[in-house]
Amino acid sequence: MAEVRHPAAQALSDVPAEPGAPKPDPILVADGVSRRFGGLQAVDVDHLEIQRGVITGLIGPNGAGKTTLFNLLTGFDQPDGGSWSFNDRSLSGVAAHKVARRGMVRTFQLTKALSRLTVIDNMKLGATKQRGERIGPALIKVLWGAQEREIEERADELLDRFKLLDKRADYAGELSGGQRKLLEMARALMVEPELVMLDEPMAGVNPALVQSLLGHVTSLRDEGMSVIFVEHDMDVVMNISDWVVVLAEGRVIAEGPPAAIMKNRAVIDAYLGSEHDDEEAR
Amino acid sequence: MDVVGALQTGLQSAFGTQAAVYALLAIGLNVHYGYTGLLNFGQAGFFLVGAYGVGISIATWGLSIWAAVFMGLVASVALALLLGAPTLRLRSDYFAITTIAVAEVLRLVANSAPAGPVTGGPLGLQFSSPFYAVNPFDVGLNLGFISYPVNTTWAMLVTWSLVVLATLAVALLMSSPWGRVIRSIREDEEAARSLGKNVFAYKMQSLVLGGVIGGTGGIMWAIVGNTVNANTFRPQATFFAYAILILGGAASRIGPIVGSMLFWFVLATGQSVVRQAGSAGYLPGGLAGPTALILTGLGLMLLVVYRPQGVFGNTRELSLDG
Amino acid sequence: MGSNDHLVGPRRMSSIQRSSRTARAVRHPETPIDEEYRELRLRRRRPALTALVSLILALVAAAVAGPAVAEQDGAPAKGSSTLVLAQDEDEGVDADDVDEQEPEPGLLFGTLREAGDGIGGVELSVVDDDGQVVGTTVSDDSGQWEFEVEAGDYVVTVEGLPEGIALRDDDGASREVSVSSGGRTAVPFQLGEATAVSGRAVLFAQQILSGLRIGLILAMTAVGLSLIFGTTGLINFAHGELVVFGAIVTWMLNAAGPQLHLLIAGTLGVIASGLLGLAIDRGIFRPLRRRGVGLFQLLVVTIGLGLLMRNVLLIWFGGEPRQYADYIGQQRLTLGPFGLTPRVLIVMVASTAILIGVATLLRTSRMGKAMRAVADNRDLAESSGIDVERVVSIVWVSGAALAGLGGIFYGVTLTVEYFSGFQLLLLMFAGVILGGLGTAYGAMLGSLMVGLITELSVVWFPDELKYAWGLGVLVLVLLVRPQGLLGRRERIG
Repeated sequence: MAEVRHPAAQALSDVPAEPGAPKPDPILVADGVSRRFGGLQAVDVDHLEIQRGVITGLIGPNGAGKTTLFNLLTGFDQPDGGSWSFNDRSLSGVAAHKVARRGMVRTFQLTKALSRLTVIDNMKLGATKQRGERIGPALIKVLWGAQEREIEERADELLDRFKLLDKRADYAGELSGGQRKLLEMARALMVEPELVMLDEPMAGVNPALVQSLLGHVTSLRDEGMSVIFVEHDMDVVMNISDWVVVLAEGRVIAEGPPAAIMKNRAVIDAYLGSEHDDEEAR
Repeated sequence: MDVVGALQTGLQSAFGTQAAVYALLAIGLNVHYGYTGLLNFGQAGFFLVGAYGVGISIATWGLSIWAAVFMGLVASVALALLLGAPTLRLRSDYFAITTIAVAEVLRLVANSAPAGPVTGGPLGLQFSSPFYAVNPFDVGLNLGFISYPVNTTWAMLVTWSLVVLATLAVALLMSSPWGRVIRSIREDEEAARSLGKNVFAYKMQSLVLGGVIGGTGGIMWAIVGNTVNANTFRPQATFFAYAILILGGAASRIGPIVGSMLFWFVLATGQSVVRQAGSAGYLPGGLAGPTALILTGLGLMLLVVYRPQGVFGNTRELSLDG
Repeated sequence: MGSNDHLVGPRRMSSIQRSSRTARAVRHPETPIDEEYRELRLRRRRPALTALVSLILALVAAAVAGPAVAEQDGAPAKGSSTLVLAQDEDEGVDADDVDEQEPEPGLLFGTLREAGDGIGGVELSVVDDDGQVVGTTVSDDSGQWEFEVEAGDYVVTVEGLPEGIALRDDDGASREVSVSSGGRTAVPFQLGEATAVSGRAVLFAQQILSGLRIGLILAMTAVGLSLIFGTTGLINFAHGELVVFGAIVTWMLNAAGPQLHLLIAGTLGVIASGLLGLAIDRGIFRPLRRRGVGLFQLLVVTIGLGLLMRNVLLIWFGGEPRQYADYIGQQRLTLGPFGLTPRVLIVMVASTAILIGVATLLRTSRMGKAMRAVADNRDLAESSGIDVERVVSIVWVSGAALAGLGGIFYGVTLTVEYFSGFQLLLLMFAGVILGGLGTAYGAMLGSLMVGLITELSVVWFPDELKYAWGLGVLVLVLLVRPQGLLGRRERIG
């Protein structure tokens, strides 16, 4: 699988497969980020760099702190300590909506389709710098009508690409689970992000749709975006990731190209240990 | 029993200034609750500051009516900022508790003797304004079945015009990109945030907008009646506005208007019947007021559970989980 | 109307005269409701209603009303004699009828109390602004008096006092008041024992006592509010009505109908409150939870339920404040700077014991631990084999029973009144938010502090504004530490 590597991933060939490894062109750098819930250390990341223009898979057993790390990096939760930067600008303490405006957009594990908005309204909401979103100009349509048409065109293109165009007038709440995932991803693209962070994009999706979703993820990279995605299905991760970061009990225990991760002792222990526990629990 | 008389009372009430003022309260609440998902249980507070803004300006400070209207609006904005600043970043229940508490504190303070030199305390304020002096009508509205005195006709014209104006403004805003952000916050504020929207700022704008519309209801209440009394602004004023909103359908454009007319028609007709039954000896006296409130409470509970889209609301939209 | 002369003279309460007066009340924009409100508040309870029928009716209708407010909380150091009920002074001009109104007679009234007990036989005179004596009146055994006058300005003066009773300070013998057409104006007089050591220090000591008393009662009622929120995520805006329900059922069994002793009536009142809590959970909220009704809708349901219960209680109980038949007219005990009646002392000791008991049960009993577990993390508790629905039912029953008991205690130390629950509810909110929403201990701690803050504010600020201070705390806490004293920040966002 490593043979057909994406050109952008070539830059990673000299990076050592060890936790905290420096990358040639990092888009996101985190240092000492930690978060405790009561007595539980949910996240404790010493150093992590995410390479620009590639797909980075973030894996780890349940409760490893993947979603919490997402929440911290995107401003949805406040850490107890640590700092991180995006495109060399500090993001520590930056509010979630500003993080998105800087070009780092996330999706959610539990899909947040806006049920009582139509599909096209969901999409148009994603566009930034809309003049009509300010309360004064909103009253005067000539001030924002032209921009609205441009946004709608762009939204329709994306809907077409995500095969949702025939649903554009439906309420988002009427879509199937998989379609909502697609809508959420398409909506995130309306923000025109540099880095897309997908929290379990495959969770709860009909297997027939998984391949199509994976196709969309790789096409993001092909358009020059950077992608981080959380997943705990190893096979999915290994298939499309250029680089894999493994989290367990809040720490980065390993990182490297998929092939190296597959053979990593610590990863196998963490995963098998956890799957073993899972089976016992059943 | 005088059924025709009861219906007359009901109709009279449905088109009167009181229904128009409550329509304004409900339009403001619709911005908060219907579109933004802000659980404002203190609309009576905006009602109060609008009315006292006018009353205090005229009766206590001797300002002109235009200055008084301006003060009423300023007071509504100020209340919205005060309420929103500590609570809009917190979970919605905190907001609900704070609004109901602050509205009640305002009423207690306005009603208290120490505040008397400003608010008139328990006696309230009586004043006069040039409002009726500019009444262009010579005769009152006569619809045959019901009729209104000449001054009431003028008051109705102005108040209902404001209702129409507020309805149009809200409709315009809600169909704009601004309204799209507002509705997305109702659905899921984290999603809105993840798309780069400053949720706090939008909630605050919504709170101010709905508060100002509610405050306008208070301003008209004071001007029309030439009087302000703290007891008008009891918590039940908020609950009536909720009943009206839910009756007409939350997040529907003309819902508050239809709801207010329907609400006051049913309430006034029902009370008239209960009162007649009282004087005829079928029922104990004094039941009409509490009965109306009991029915309002019951109506709120049933409507919000079984028909949250209201009588005319969009069934398709509301069948989706919110 | 208002007819012949400006003097209608002093009157004792007579339901016939009263209703004839209220029937002529001025119309008002909110007329349909406010007028009837007043009428009902003044109407004597219908003797035909037996307590039993009422109890069943109320249970079926799930009715509850709000508890009394602080105005008449006879803080002994102030020897306050006021009875200022905002709800009463309701008058105005119909918005639809701006033409001239005929003048209505107004009413001067008040309740003279000393250490919480009504003082009869106090002679008062009323003089109009021309210096003409309009008339005199004498307070009845419960300390109440009233005097009907035309609208205008008057001076009311205490002319004679019974043996052993004095005005708290010398300049307190006269009050200038104004009455509007058809309005009711409360005229407060400060009675107290003539002591040398009055002043701020004594008042302070006394208000600490008052604050503890109200704080303990609030704490008892707030535990249920907080636990219901913790276990179901629901803020019960009808909780104040549960408080008053207990007080009113007890009053019906004690001072009316079967005339049971207060201890028996109170026990039955607590049981009835618990059953009502169960009925509300099983009859309303459990089915709604099963239907998956959203939280916003549920909150509106509790608002509707509160409105409904408050007014069912109003019809059932009437609008006037009342007292229980036992333990009244007690001699005041003096302990250093503190003065209090034995019944207040017993209520304070009992509420302290009950709160300690509740705290202990929550910490040690299986059900208490289960409650805290569900409040902490419902899903985790469920997956650990706890029957969450059963725990929620028990929380409702015990929370409602504690609320009812708090209401009875409130009624014993002050009065029973249908509207007071709503005002207590707002103080409970302040208490639970100060302590930390969803935590049982926080609710107790926060309520105690809110009780102290409201009562101590009286030392420096006007009595009428004390609730504003209590609720001001709420806003301050939200600004500074929204999770409260004992809460965690994860719960607030």
